[in-house]
Amino acid sequence: MANDNHDIALMAHLMRRAGFGAQYAELEARAAKGYEATVDELLNPEVNDNGMDLDLAERCFIEWSHHTRGLPEYVAFRFINSRNQLEEKMCLFWHGILCTADSKTQSYPTSYDEIEMFRQYGMGSFRDLLLEISKDPAMIFFLDNCLSHKGAINENYGRELLELFSMGVGMDGEFNYTEDDVKECARAFTGWTIANNVPGQPYGRYAAKFVYNPDDHDEGDKTFLGETGNFNGEDIVDIIAKQPATARFISRHLYSYFVADEAQVPAWMETPPRDMDTIKMLEDEYFRSGYNIKSMLRVLFRSDAFKNARFQRVKSPIETVIGTLRLVGDWTEPKPGFEFIFDEMKHMGQEIFNPPSVEGWHTGREWIDGGTLVHRINFTADFVGDVKQPGVRGIVEELANRGPVIAPEDMVDDTCRLLGHYELADETRQMLAAGMAKHGTLHTDTAEFADRVSELLQMIVATKEYIYA
Amino acid sequence: MTATKKDPVLVVLQMSGAYDALNTIIPYSDPLYKDYRPHLKVEPEEVLAIDDKVGFHPAMAPIKDLYDEGKVAVIQGIGYPNPIRSHFRSMDIWHTAEPTKMSTEGWLGRAIQDLDPNKENVLTAVNFGRGLPRALAAPGVSVASVGNLETYGVLTGIDGEDQRADALDIFSRMYSPMVGSGPINDYLSQTGLDALKGADILRTAPEIYSSSIEYGGDMFSQWVKNVAQVHTAGFGTRVLYTGLNPGAFDTHANQPTSFAKLWGEVSRATNDLYQDLKEHDANQEVVILLFTEFGRRVQENGSGTDHGSGSVAFVMGDAVKGGLYGEYPSLEPDKLDEGDLRWNNDFRSTYATILDKWLGLDDKAVLQGEFEQFDFIK
Repeated sequence: MANDNHDIALMAHLMRRAGFGAQYAELEARAAKGYEATVDELLNPEVNDNGMDLDLAERCFIEWSHHTRGLPEYVAFRFINSRNQLEEKMCLFWHGILCTADSKTQSYPTSYDEIEMFRQYGMGSFRDLLLEISKDPAMIFFLDNCLSHKGAINENYGRELLELFSMGVGMDGEFNYTEDDVKECARAFTGWTIANNVPGQPYGRYAAKFVYNPDDHDEGDKTFLGETGNFNGEDIVDIIAKQPATARFISRHLYSYFVADEAQVPAWMETPPRDMDTIKMLEDEYFRSGYNIKSMLRVLFRSDAFKNARFQRVKSPIETVIGTLRLVGDWTEPKPGFEFIFDEMKHMGQEIFNPPSVEGWHTGREWIDGGTLVHRINFTADFVGDVKQPGVRGIVEELANRGPVIAPEDMVDDTCRLLGHYELADETRQMLAAGMAKHGTLHTDTAEFADRVSELLQMIVATKEYIYA
Repeated sequence: MTATKKDPVLVVLQMSGAYDALNTIIPYSDPLYKDYRPHLKVEPEEVLAIDDKVGFHPAMAPIKDLYDEGKVAVIQGIGYPNPIRSHFRSMDIWHTAEPTKMSTEGWLGRAIQDLDPNKENVLTAVNFGRGLPRALAAPGVSVASVGNLETYGVLTGIDGEDQRADALDIFSRMYSPMVGSGPINDYLSQTGLDALKGADILRTAPEIYSSSIEYGGDMFSQWVKNVAQVHTAGFGTRVLYTGLNPGAFDTHANQPTSFAKLWGEVSRATNDLYQDLKEHDANQEVVILLFTEFGRRVQENGSGTDHGSGSVAFVMGDAVKGGLYGEYPSLEPDKLDEGDLRWNNDFRSTYATILDKWLGLDDKAVLQGEFEQFDFIK
């Protein structure tokens, strides 16, 4: 039992990080299959089977079939329901780094293509991903590469490619590139443009397409990061991919997303990684595997640093909302009113397809302020407190199965376990148990028992401990 | 409460989505105006004229009334360097007062630090709306952010008065900084306890409040009413913030209908707020800033307008010297900035004036730079 509990607790951790959390029964089943097997399954999603009936969903939300409207909701629906949880989690990972915002692009069909690109390339070679994002129509429009011409460059994409997408401004206190590198990089990407210009409202019905226009490409020699040649964008990507700074940058992002909150990206030049050993391990794997993200993830999930990092990250609003819905078993199928779910994330500070800037979302404690904290607690409490939800009913039944009477401490411990092995401070645990004890003996076969469970669940999700994943 | 009743108070009304400056303060006698706006133009006889050149949109009569009483400063041609036509980034610039780099600190967040350096009042600043605007964010600053004043609080879903009281009692003890050990335990404790304390106090505001003013039924008007309720309750709140839902003024299409409706609601709510404050003998304590993130394209697109740059903002109240400030940007084609009104005064000049002359703060420290001030505060 002790061993089982350990395995399930570890599985709960894995599924919170490599996915959006899982109900207890799934954790048990996965733990029985084993940790390594689950990591392999997450890393190798079934290409044509995500366990969802999207066809049915598209008949309910007809706008989903062409993605002219409702794309954030569509993406959220996949986060909730896809069996391939890591694949979805990686889409969110890359969306938060290789950022475009609908506030500018205003073309959901184009944003849809971007997310599908992340799905296809998000766990492959980082070099390939950089090439794809450079051809991504939403990105080309978002960072104005379509306005960058031979003889009249627009540096926006060239700069962000280096600063925010691959190397970062600096490492270990040293700059990674110069202003000249930015200009040369931008020159190499001239002619990388789009057809079906991403239009503003109300026309955005068609996805923009990548076009290479050789007539607008600067064929002169460029010197980039110390190498000289008649570089095109692909050559630039090759040079970027082999930089130690790129290995560091991606490793830190993976660490911050999957292990523990890092400093915010703008501080990385001056702030060393919080766990240099793990970063070094990831950097080594980056080069060993030929820039392969999946290989880096495999190394990461198998590491003790990952396994021991429970509750070291503040859950993002999207993780909070999607995790809660997966826990209670809501929105497993389409029904009206889904926009509300999307709004909830927004009010907690994270809006799919609208990161606050090309820098992406600031994470960790910056998710929390007086407004977002109250919103997060109340949203989560409202869902876990609803005993009509199948997942909540399941928890009530599990607790009732323990016998006709349950001790307050056992009820608190068991409920935390069923939520995915949350660990409360001892004082918190005693306060919650004392709160339950106030109701007298807890008979599990009474009608009121579900209300007690509902109250307790609401209190647990209101704890500081529950803010973390 | 350490604040006395006469401490200066700032109300900020944020008009998200970018209202069309050209149809807000209208250069009705400029022949170019009609050329740019064949469908969207407001006829000269409908414009609420300020002088022989410019005037308010007809839907803004309640604000025009305040203007006629000398209580409205119209800041024409307001903007920021290197205009960006993204709502999100642009609003961010207005929030952080940082046009050139990303920042997570808001200008009002820093002002709140100065207004309440020892964090004596969890309600020094209150936001009404969904989510906290970055303008109010700063390290160590807790701002109550209220979606619905009537139901605001933590764990509002717990049924039964006794059960909820018990739950909140446990909550306050669970959030003690002495309990727990997570990476940001102290910060979570402070934020959670401040939110709880703030909610306790705020909940009393609607009970204390009575007024003859009947606000409109739309969400914005209700939030403006909440502003009046919280201010008149005397909690010592110095900054009150609210606004339209994101995108409301983003009139790419069908502008005439939605634009007039929105300005109608906003103007009425603004005037209602002023009258409400007056009824509570609180009109002299409050200055109102009303702004949007950028202006819109001068040339209409047929039924609406696209994103532009130069804009117009309003500062209102008894303490305000009413009139026109800044210059109206030229409509001459070669004087436009990529088809947009060219800004001629930095938005931080307006901020600096409010910070220094109204709130009595060190504007250079808050804005991290020196900006020329207007003289719109008496």
